Amino acid sequence: MSKEYIHHQHAHCESGVTSNLLRHEGINISEPMAFGIGAGLFFGHLPMLKVNGVPGTTYRIWPGAIFKRVAERLNISIKAERFRSPDKAMQALDNVLATGKPVGILGSVFYLPYLPEAFRFHFNAHNLVAYGKQDQDYLISDPIMEDVATIAPADLVKSRFAKGTPEPSGYMYYVTGTSKEMDMAKAIQQGIKQTCFFMLSPPIPWFGNKAIFLLANRISAYPKKLPPRKAALYLGNVVRMQEEIGTGGAGFRYIYAAFLQEAGQLLKRDDLLEYSTELTSIGDDWRNFAYHAARILKARQSDIVSYDELSELLRKCGTREKDLFKKMEKLKW
Amino acid sequence: MTVNEVPQDKRDIKPGDNLKKVVYAVDKDGNYTGVNSAGWEAENVAIKQAWDEIDENLADTEKQVLAGTLSPLPYFMLKNLMDVALLARYAGKWQWQVKRHFKPDVFNALDTAMLDKYAQIFNITKEELTGYVKDKKST
Repeated sequence: MSKEYIHHQHAHCESGVTSNLLRHEGINISEPMAFGIGAGLFFGHLPMLKVNGVPGTTYRIWPGAIFKRVAERLNISIKAERFRSPDKAMQALDNVLATGKPVGILGSVFYLPYLPEAFRFHFNAHNLVAYGKQDQDYLISDPIMEDVATIAPADLVKSRFAKGTPEPSGYMYYVTGTSKEMDMAKAIQQGIKQTCFFMLSPPIPWFGNKAIFLLANRISAYPKKLPPRKAALYLGNVVRMQEEIGTGGAGFRYIYAAFLQEAGQLLKRDDLLEYSTELTSIGDDWRNFAYHAARILKARQSDIVSYDELSELLRKCGTREKDLFKKMEKLKW
Repeated sequence: MTVNEVPQDKRDIKPGDNLKKVVYAVDKDGNYTGVNSAGWEAENVAIKQAWDEIDENLADTEKQVLAGTLSPLPYFMLKNLMDVALLARYAGKWQWQVKRHFKPDVFNALDTAMLDKYAQIFNITKEELTGYVKDKKST
Protein backbone atom coordinates (compact mmCIF):
# COMPACT_ATOMS: atom_id res chain seq x y z
CA MET A 1 0.00 0.00 0.00
CA SER A 2 1.30 3.42 -0.87
CA LYS A 3 1.94 6.01 1.75
CA GLU A 4 -0.17 9.08 2.21
CA TYR A 5 0.75 12.14 0.18
CA ILE A 6 1.38 15.30 2.22
CA HIS A 7 0.80 18.74 0.70
CA HIS A 8 3.23 21.56 1.50
CA GLN A 9 2.60 25.10 0.28
CA HIS A 10 5.46 26.75 -1.58
CA ALA A 11 6.18 30.01 -3.37
CA HIS A 12 6.95 28.71 -6.85
CA CYS A 13 5.17 25.97 -8.76
CA GLU A 14 7.96 23.89 -10.29
CA SER A 15 10.43 23.98 -7.40
CA GLY A 16 7.45 23.40 -5.07
CA VAL A 17 6.31 20.36 -7.05
CA THR A 18 9.90 19.06 -7.10
CA SER A 19 10.18 19.45 -3.33
CA ASN A 20 6.79 17.81 -2.70
CA LEU A 21 7.42 14.85 -5.04
CA LEU A 22 10.84 14.18 -3.54
CA ARG A 23 9.60 14.51 0.04
CA HIS A 24 7.04 11.87 -0.78
CA GLU A 25 9.96 9.56 -1.62
CA GLY A 26 11.58 10.36 1.72
CA ILE A 27 14.12 12.83 0.33
CA ASN A 28 13.84 15.88 2.50
CA ILE A 29 14.60 18.77 0.19
CA SER A 30 13.31 22.30 0.70
CA GLU A 31 11.89 24.45 -2.06
CA PRO A 32 14.89 26.85 -2.12
CA MET A 33 17.26 23.85 -2.29
CA ALA A 34 15.34 22.41 -5.26
CA PHE A 35 15.34 25.83 -6.92
CA GLY A 36 19.10 26.29 -6.41
CA ILE A 37 20.20 22.78 -7.40
CA GLY A 38 17.88 23.00 -10.39
CA ALA A 39 19.48 26.37 -11.30
CA GLY A 40 16.09 28.06 -11.56
CA LEU A 41 17.28 31.66 -11.35
CA PHE A 42 17.52 33.58 -14.61
CA PHE A 43 16.61 36.75 -16.40
CA GLY A 44 15.34 37.27 -19.90
CA HIS A 45 13.66 40.06 -21.81
CA LEU A 46 12.34 39.43 -25.31
CA PRO A 47 10.98 42.60 -26.92
CA MET A 48 10.06 40.70 -30.10
CA LEU A 49 8.19 37.89 -28.37
CA LYS A 50 4.91 39.53 -27.48
CA VAL A 51 2.42 37.80 -25.20
CA ASN A 52 -0.98 39.45 -25.56
CA GLY A 53 0.77 42.37 -27.22
CA VAL A 54 3.25 42.89 -24.39
CA PRO A 55 6.99 42.04 -24.55
CA GLY A 56 7.93 38.95 -22.56
CA THR A 57 10.03 39.19 -19.43
CA THR A 58 11.11 36.25 -17.30
CA TYR A 59 12.94 35.91 -14.00
CA ARG A 60 13.34 32.13 -14.16
CA ILE A 61 14.63 29.34 -16.34
CA TRP A 62 12.33 27.60 -18.83
CA PRO A 63 9.69 25.20 -17.48
CA GLY A 64 10.60 21.58 -16.90
CA ALA A 65 14.30 22.30 -16.36
CA ILE A 66 14.30 22.45 -12.55
CA PHE A 67 12.79 19.02 -11.89
CA LYS A 68 14.99 17.31 -14.47
CA ARG A 69 18.20 18.89 -13.22
CA VAL A 70 17.47 18.15 -9.56
CA ALA A 71 16.75 14.51 -10.40
CA GLU A 72 19.90 14.23 -12.48
CA ARG A 73 22.10 15.87 -9.85
CA LEU A 74 20.74 13.78 -6.98
CA ASN A 75 20.79 10.45 -8.79
CA ILE A 76 17.01 10.14 -8.84
CA SER A 77 15.44 8.27 -11.72
CA ILE A 78 12.35 9.85 -13.18
CA LYS A 79 10.00 9.36 -16.04
CA ALA A 80 8.76 12.35 -18.05
CA GLU A 81 6.39 12.03 -20.98
CA ARG A 82 4.48 14.11 -23.50
CA PHE A 83 1.42 12.98 -25.41
CA ARG A 84 -0.37 13.62 -28.68
CA SER A 85 -3.70 12.24 -27.58
CA PRO A 86 -5.60 13.57 -24.55
CA ASP A 87 -7.16 10.14 -23.97
CA LYS A 88 -3.76 8.47 -23.80
CA ALA A 89 -2.44 11.23 -21.55
CA MET A 90 -5.29 10.80 -19.06
CA GLN A 91 -4.98 7.00 -19.21
CA ALA A 92 -1.26 7.22 -18.51
CA LEU A 93 -1.95 9.53 -15.55
CA ASP A 94 -4.58 7.13 -14.18
CA ASN A 95 -2.20 4.21 -14.53
CA VAL A 96 0.53 5.89 -12.49
CA LEU A 97 -1.93 7.18 -9.88
CA ALA A 98 -3.27 3.63 -9.50
CA THR A 99 0.18 2.56 -8.32
CA GLY A 100 -0.06 5.17 -5.54
CA LYS A 101 2.55 7.53 -7.01
CA PRO A 102 1.95 11.28 -7.09
CA VAL A 103 2.50 12.76 -10.56
CA GLY A 104 3.77 16.19 -11.59
CA ILE A 105 1.68 17.83 -14.30
CA LEU A 106 2.25 20.80 -16.58
CA GLY A 107 -0.83 22.83 -17.49
CA SER A 108 -2.47 26.17 -18.19
CA VAL A 109 -3.72 28.14 -15.17
CA PHE A 110 -6.67 29.41 -17.23
CA TYR A 111 -8.37 26.00 -17.00
CA LEU A 112 -7.78 25.41 -13.27
CA PRO A 113 -11.03 26.53 -11.61
CA TYR A 114 -9.67 26.07 -8.06
CA LEU A 115 -7.23 28.96 -8.54
CA PRO A 116 -8.34 32.51 -7.70
CA GLU A 117 -9.83 34.15 -10.80
CA ALA A 118 -7.47 37.13 -10.64
CA PHE A 119 -4.53 34.88 -11.53
CA ARG A 120 -6.19 32.90 -14.29
CA PHE A 121 -4.59 34.05 -17.52
CA HIS A 122 -3.45 31.85 -20.41
CA PHE A 123 -0.22 30.95 -18.68
CA ASN A 124 0.68 27.48 -19.94
CA ALA A 125 3.65 26.57 -17.78
CA HIS A 126 2.10 25.94 -14.39
CA ASN A 127 3.12 22.86 -12.40
CA LEU A 128 0.92 20.90 -10.02
CA VAL A 129 0.72 17.44 -8.48
CA ALA A 130 -2.10 14.93 -8.96
CA TYR A 131 -1.96 12.52 -6.04
CA GLY A 132 -5.08 10.41 -6.46
CA LYS A 133 -8.67 10.18 -7.58
CA GLN A 134 -11.95 10.53 -5.78
CA ASP A 135 -14.73 9.03 -7.88
CA GLN A 136 -14.15 10.77 -11.23
CA ASP A 137 -12.36 13.84 -9.92
CA TYR A 138 -8.63 14.23 -9.49
CA LEU A 139 -7.05 15.13 -6.16
CA ILE A 140 -4.71 18.03 -6.73
CA SER A 141 -1.87 19.42 -4.65
CA ASP A 142 -1.01 22.78 -6.20
CA PRO A 143 2.12 24.06 -4.46
CA ILE A 144 1.07 27.71 -4.56
CA MET A 145 -2.21 26.94 -2.75
CA GLU A 146 -2.57 26.70 1.01
CA ASP A 147 -4.68 23.54 0.73
CA VAL A 148 -5.30 20.65 -1.64
CA ALA A 149 -8.10 20.84 -4.22
CA THR A 150 -10.07 18.66 -6.62
CA ILE A 151 -10.60 19.11 -10.34
CA ALA A 152 -13.02 17.58 -12.83
CA PRO A 153 -11.41 15.45 -15.58
CA ALA A 154 -12.75 17.76 -18.32
CA ASP A 155 -10.97 20.77 -16.80
CA LEU A 156 -7.73 18.89 -16.27
CA VAL A 157 -7.72 17.75 -19.91
CA LYS A 158 -8.19 21.34 -21.11
CA SER A 159 -5.38 22.52 -18.88
CA ARG A 160 -2.98 19.75 -19.97
CA PHE A 161 -3.76 20.32 -23.65
CA ALA A 162 -3.93 24.10 -23.68
CA LYS A 163 -2.79 25.79 -26.89
CA GLY A 164 -0.45 28.74 -27.20
CA THR A 165 3.17 29.22 -26.10
CA PRO A 166 4.39 26.88 -24.76
CA GLU A 167 2.00 23.97 -25.32
CA PRO A 168 2.12 21.52 -22.39
CA SER A 169 1.07 18.56 -24.61
CA GLY A 170 -0.01 16.58 -21.57
CA TYR A 171 3.49 16.70 -20.07
CA MET A 172 3.73 14.68 -16.85
CA TYR A 173 6.60 13.48 -14.70
CA TYR A 174 7.18 11.31 -11.66
CA VAL A 175 9.89 9.63 -9.62
CA THR A 176 10.63 6.02 -10.50
CA GLY A 177 13.51 5.34 -8.15
CA THR A 178 15.89 6.91 -5.68
CA SER A 179 19.49 6.21 -4.89
CA LYS A 180 21.29 6.02 -1.57
CA GLU A 181 24.21 7.85 -3.11
CA MET A 182 23.24 11.48 -3.03
CA ASP A 183 26.05 13.97 -3.06
CA MET A 184 24.42 17.22 -1.91
CA ALA A 185 27.68 19.17 -2.01
CA LYS A 186 28.29 18.26 -5.62
CA ALA A 187 24.69 18.94 -6.61
CA ILE A 188 24.82 22.40 -5.00
CA GLN A 189 28.09 23.16 -6.74
CA GLN A 190 26.71 22.11 -10.13
CA GLY A 191 23.59 24.21 -9.58
CA ILE A 192 25.53 27.34 -8.68
CA LYS A 193 27.97 26.91 -11.56
CA GLN A 194 25.14 26.55 -14.02
CA THR A 195 23.33 29.65 -12.72
CA CYS A 196 26.53 31.72 -12.99
CA PHE A 197 27.00 30.43 -16.53
CA PHE A 198 23.45 31.26 -17.60
CA MET A 199 23.61 34.70 -16.03
CA LEU A 200 27.01 35.75 -17.34
CA SER A 201 27.72 33.87 -20.57
CA PRO A 202 24.95 34.35 -23.11
CA PRO A 203 26.54 36.40 -25.91
CA ILE A 204 23.13 37.75 -26.95
CA PRO A 205 21.36 40.69 -25.30
CA TRP A 206 18.06 38.96 -24.50
CA PHE A 207 19.23 36.47 -21.89
CA GLY A 208 21.08 36.57 -18.60
CA ASN A 209 22.45 39.58 -16.79
CA LYS A 210 22.75 41.59 -20.04
CA ALA A 211 19.01 41.44 -20.51
CA ILE A 212 18.48 43.48 -17.32
CA PHE A 213 20.31 46.36 -19.00
CA LEU A 214 18.37 45.79 -22.22
CA LEU A 215 15.14 46.15 -20.28
CA ALA A 216 16.48 49.23 -18.49
CA ASN A 217 17.25 50.86 -21.85
CA ARG A 218 13.83 49.95 -23.18
CA ILE A 219 12.06 51.33 -20.13
CA SER A 220 13.73 54.72 -20.42
CA ALA A 221 12.60 54.79 -24.07
CA TYR A 222 8.96 53.83 -23.32
CA PRO A 223 7.61 57.36 -22.84
CA LYS A 224 9.29 58.55 -26.03
CA LYS A 225 8.29 55.61 -28.20
CA LEU A 226 4.94 54.44 -26.91
CA PRO A 227 1.57 55.97 -26.19
CA PRO A 228 1.16 56.40 -22.39
CA ARG A 229 -1.33 53.57 -22.08
CA LYS A 230 0.95 51.10 -23.84
CA ALA A 231 4.00 52.21 -21.86
CA ALA A 232 2.08 51.58 -18.65
CA LEU A 233 0.94 48.15 -19.85
CA TYR A 234 4.49 47.12 -20.73
CA LEU A 235 5.72 48.25 -17.35
CA GLY A 236 2.84 46.61 -15.50
CA ASN A 237 3.73 43.28 -17.10
CA VAL A 238 7.31 43.50 -15.83
CA VAL A 239 5.99 44.05 -12.30
CA ARG A 240 3.57 41.14 -12.62
CA MET A 241 6.26 38.74 -13.81
CA GLN A 242 8.44 39.82 -10.90
CA GLU A 243 5.94 39.84 -8.06
CA GLU A 244 2.73 38.09 -9.04
CA ILE A 245 2.20 34.63 -7.71
CA GLY A 246 4.99 32.12 -7.66
CA THR A 247 8.25 34.04 -7.39
CA GLY A 248 8.53 34.22 -3.59
CA GLY A 249 9.19 37.96 -3.93
CA ALA A 250 11.68 40.03 -5.97
CA GLY A 251 11.51 37.77 -9.03
CA PHE A 252 12.92 34.63 -7.35
CA ARG A 253 15.88 36.55 -5.88
CA TYR A 254 14.74 35.85 -2.29
CA ILE A 255 14.27 32.12 -2.98
CA TYR A 256 17.76 31.97 -4.40
CA ALA A 257 19.16 33.87 -1.42
CA ALA A 258 17.41 31.33 0.83
CA PHE A 259 19.09 28.55 -1.18
CA LEU A 260 22.54 30.15 -0.78
CA GLN A 261 21.94 30.41 2.96
CA GLU A 262 20.83 26.78 3.31
CA ALA A 263 23.75 25.64 1.17
CA GLY A 264 26.17 27.75 3.24
CA GLN A 265 24.88 26.24 6.48
CA LEU A 266 24.95 22.68 5.12
CA LEU A 267 28.44 22.94 3.66
CA LYS A 268 29.69 25.24 6.46
CA ARG A 269 30.81 27.91 4.04
CA ASP A 270 30.82 31.55 5.11
CA ASP A 271 31.25 32.80 1.54
CA LEU A 272 27.87 31.36 0.52
CA LEU A 273 26.26 32.94 3.59
CA GLU A 274 27.74 36.31 2.62
CA TYR A 275 26.45 35.96 -0.94
CA SER A 276 23.04 35.13 0.47
CA THR A 277 22.99 38.38 2.45
CA GLU A 278 24.17 40.29 -0.60
CA LEU A 279 21.42 38.80 -2.78
CA THR A 280 18.80 39.60 -0.14
CA SER A 281 19.86 43.23 -0.39
CA ILE A 282 19.73 43.05 -4.21
CA GLY A 283 16.24 41.54 -3.88
CA ASP A 284 15.27 44.58 -1.83
CA ASP A 285 16.45 46.74 -4.74
CA TRP A 286 14.24 44.76 -7.13
CA ARG A 287 11.30 45.31 -4.78
CA ASN A 288 12.13 49.01 -4.71
CA PHE A 289 12.03 49.04 -8.52
CA ALA A 290 8.61 47.32 -8.51
CA TYR A 291 7.32 49.73 -5.87
CA HIS A 292 8.26 52.77 -7.95
CA ALA A 293 7.01 51.17 -11.16
CA ALA A 294 3.62 50.63 -9.50
CA ARG A 295 3.54 54.29 -8.51
CA ILE A 296 3.88 55.27 -12.17
CA LEU A 297 1.10 52.83 -13.09
CA LYS A 298 -1.15 54.31 -10.46
CA ALA A 299 -0.48 57.86 -11.57
CA ARG A 300 -1.69 56.75 -15.04
CA GLN A 301 0.51 59.22 -16.82
CA SER A 302 3.85 58.79 -18.45
CA ASP A 303 6.30 61.15 -16.93
CA ILE A 304 9.65 60.92 -18.69
CA VAL A 305 11.60 61.68 -15.53
CA SER A 306 10.13 58.81 -13.60
CA TYR A 307 10.71 56.27 -16.38
CA ASP A 308 14.34 57.38 -16.45
CA GLU A 309 14.64 57.05 -12.71
CA LEU A 310 13.07 53.62 -12.93
CA SER A 311 15.57 52.60 -15.54
CA GLU A 312 18.36 53.67 -13.18
CA LEU A 313 16.92 51.55 -10.35
CA LEU A 314 16.95 48.57 -12.70
CA ARG A 315 20.53 49.22 -13.78
CA LYS A 316 21.52 49.19 -10.14
CA CYS A 317 20.02 45.68 -9.78
CA GLY A 318 21.84 44.56 -12.91
CA THR A 319 25.20 45.96 -11.84
CA ARG A 320 24.99 44.47 -8.36
CA GLU A 321 23.93 41.06 -9.70
CA LYS A 322 26.73 41.04 -12.25
CA ASP A 323 29.14 41.71 -9.42
CA LEU A 324 27.71 38.92 -7.31
CA PHE A 325 27.70 36.28 -10.04
CA LYS A 326 31.27 37.20 -11.07
CA LYS A 327 32.33 36.48 -7.49
CA MET A 328 30.30 33.28 -7.32
CA GLU A 329 31.74 32.11 -10.63
CA LYS A 330 35.20 32.12 -9.03
CA LEU A 331 34.18 30.08 -5.97
CA LYS A 332 36.67 27.37 -5.07
CA TRP A 333 35.08 24.02 -4.29
CA MET B 1 13.02 41.80 3.17
CA THR B 2 12.51 40.91 6.81
CA VAL B 3 9.58 38.91 8.14
CA ASN B 4 7.83 41.98 9.53
CA GLU B 5 8.26 43.80 6.20
CA VAL B 6 6.24 41.15 4.35
CA PRO B 7 3.29 43.12 2.98
CA GLN B 8 -0.28 42.12 3.82
CA ASP B 9 -2.13 44.35 1.34
CA LYS B 10 -5.20 42.28 0.58
CA ARG B 11 -5.95 41.73 -3.07
CA ASP B 12 -9.51 42.65 -4.00
CA ILE B 13 -9.75 42.44 -7.76
CA LYS B 14 -11.93 39.41 -8.44
CA PRO B 15 -14.23 37.33 -6.26
CA GLY B 16 -12.46 34.80 -4.04
CA ASP B 17 -9.20 36.74 -3.81
CA ASN B 18 -8.09 35.22 -0.54
CA LEU B 19 -5.06 33.17 -1.49
CA LYS B 20 -2.19 33.80 0.89
CA LYS B 21 0.86 32.96 -1.13
CA VAL B 22 4.29 32.19 0.26
CA VAL B 23 7.13 34.68 0.03
CA TYR B 24 10.61 34.31 1.46
CA ALA B 25 11.87 36.69 4.14
CA VAL B 26 14.59 36.91 6.78
CA ASP B 27 13.67 36.48 10.47
CA LYS B 28 15.23 38.31 13.41
CA ASP B 29 18.12 35.84 13.55
CA GLY B 30 18.89 36.37 9.87
CA ASN B 31 17.44 33.02 8.79
CA TYR B 32 15.27 32.67 5.71
CA THR B 33 11.75 31.42 6.20
CA GLY B 34 8.56 31.20 4.14
CA VAL B 35 5.87 33.67 5.21
CA ASN B 36 2.28 33.90 3.98
CA SER B 37 1.34 37.18 2.33
CA ALA B 38 -2.16 38.40 1.49
CA GLY B 39 -0.69 40.52 -1.32
CA TRP B 40 1.39 43.60 -2.04
CA GLU B 41 0.09 46.95 -3.18
CA ALA B 42 2.61 47.21 -6.06
CA GLU B 43 1.67 43.79 -7.35
CA ASN B 44 -2.07 44.41 -6.87
CA VAL B 45 -1.83 47.60 -8.95
CA ALA B 46 -0.18 45.68 -11.79
CA ILE B 47 -2.73 42.83 -11.69
CA LYS B 48 -5.62 45.31 -11.58
CA GLN B 49 -4.16 47.16 -14.55
CA ALA B 50 -4.12 43.93 -16.60
CA TRP B 51 -7.78 43.23 -15.77
CA ASP B 52 -8.88 46.83 -16.38
CA GLU B 53 -7.32 46.65 -19.83
CA ILE B 54 -9.25 43.45 -20.56
CA ASP B 55 -12.52 44.91 -19.25
CA GLU B 56 -12.14 48.10 -21.31
CA ASN B 57 -11.41 46.19 -24.51
CA LEU B 58 -14.33 43.91 -23.81
CA ALA B 59 -16.74 46.83 -23.29
CA ASP B 60 -15.55 48.51 -26.52
CA THR B 61 -15.95 45.31 -28.48
CA GLU B 62 -19.37 44.62 -27.02
CA LYS B 63 -20.57 48.01 -28.27
CA GLN B 64 -19.39 47.20 -31.78
CA VAL B 65 -21.02 43.78 -31.64
CA LEU B 66 -24.36 45.29 -30.56
CA ALA B 67 -24.02 47.98 -33.24
CA GLY B 68 -23.64 45.22 -35.84
CA THR B 69 -20.15 46.14 -37.01
CA LEU B 70 -18.57 43.00 -35.50
CA SER B 71 -19.76 39.42 -35.08
CA PRO B 72 -20.07 38.07 -31.50
CA LEU B 73 -16.84 36.10 -32.01
CA PRO B 74 -14.36 38.81 -30.91
CA TYR B 75 -16.48 39.48 -27.82
CA PHE B 76 -16.23 35.86 -26.65
CA MET B 77 -12.58 35.73 -27.66
CA LEU B 78 -11.74 38.64 -25.36
CA LYS B 79 -14.03 37.34 -22.63
CA ASN B 80 -11.88 34.19 -22.65
CA LEU B 81 -8.70 36.33 -22.50
CA MET B 82 -7.62 35.16 -25.94
CA ASP B 83 -6.11 37.02 -28.85
CA VAL B 84 -6.54 36.18 -32.54
CA ALA B 85 -3.41 34.02 -32.61
CA LEU B 86 -4.57 31.88 -29.69
CA LEU B 87 -8.15 31.57 -30.91
CA ALA B 88 -6.88 30.54 -34.35
CA ARG B 89 -4.70 27.87 -32.72
CA TYR B 90 -7.67 26.48 -30.78
CA ALA B 91 -9.95 26.63 -33.83
CA GLY B 92 -7.37 25.03 -36.09
CA LYS B 93 -7.65 27.94 -38.54
CA TRP B 94 -5.34 30.61 -39.92
CA GLN B 95 -5.46 34.00 -38.22
CA TRP B 96 -6.84 35.65 -41.37
CA GLN B 97 -9.68 33.13 -41.40
CA VAL B 98 -10.60 33.91 -37.79
CA LYS B 99 -10.44 37.63 -38.54
CA ARG B 100 -12.80 37.10 -41.46
CA HIS B 101 -15.23 35.45 -39.05
CA PHE B 102 -15.30 38.74 -37.14
CA LYS B 103 -17.37 40.18 -40.02
CA PRO B 104 -21.07 39.72 -39.22
CA ASP B 105 -21.96 38.60 -42.77
CA VAL B 106 -19.24 35.98 -42.87
CA PHE B 107 -20.06 34.81 -39.34
CA ASN B 108 -23.78 34.46 -40.13
CA ALA B 109 -22.91 32.18 -43.03
CA LEU B 110 -20.67 29.84 -40.98
CA ASP B 111 -21.65 26.18 -41.01
CA THR B 112 -22.81 24.36 -37.91
CA ALA B 113 -19.55 22.48 -37.43
CA MET B 114 -17.52 25.68 -37.24
CA LEU B 115 -20.01 27.31 -34.87
CA ASP B 116 -19.95 24.20 -32.66
CA LYS B 117 -16.18 24.36 -32.62
CA TYR B 118 -16.17 28.00 -31.50
CA ALA B 119 -18.89 27.38 -28.90
CA GLN B 120 -16.90 24.47 -27.51
CA ILE B 121 -13.73 26.61 -27.27
CA PHE B 122 -15.66 29.23 -25.27
CA ASN B 123 -17.44 26.59 -23.20
CA ILE B 124 -20.89 27.88 -24.21
CA THR B 125 -23.70 26.53 -26.42
CA LYS B 126 -23.95 27.35 -30.10
CA GLU B 127 -27.20 29.21 -29.34
CA GLU B 128 -25.46 31.41 -26.75
CA LEU B 129 -22.86 32.27 -29.37
CA THR B 130 -25.12 33.01 -32.33
CA GLY B 131 -27.94 34.50 -30.26
CA TYR B 132 -25.71 36.85 -28.29
CA VAL B 133 -26.94 40.10 -29.82
CA LYS B 134 -30.61 39.10 -29.61
CA ASP B 135 -30.27 37.92 -25.98
CA LYS B 136 -28.42 41.06 -25.00
CA LYS B 137 -30.99 43.36 -26.60
CA SER B 138 -33.96 41.55 -25.07
CA THR B 139 -32.62 41.94 -21.52
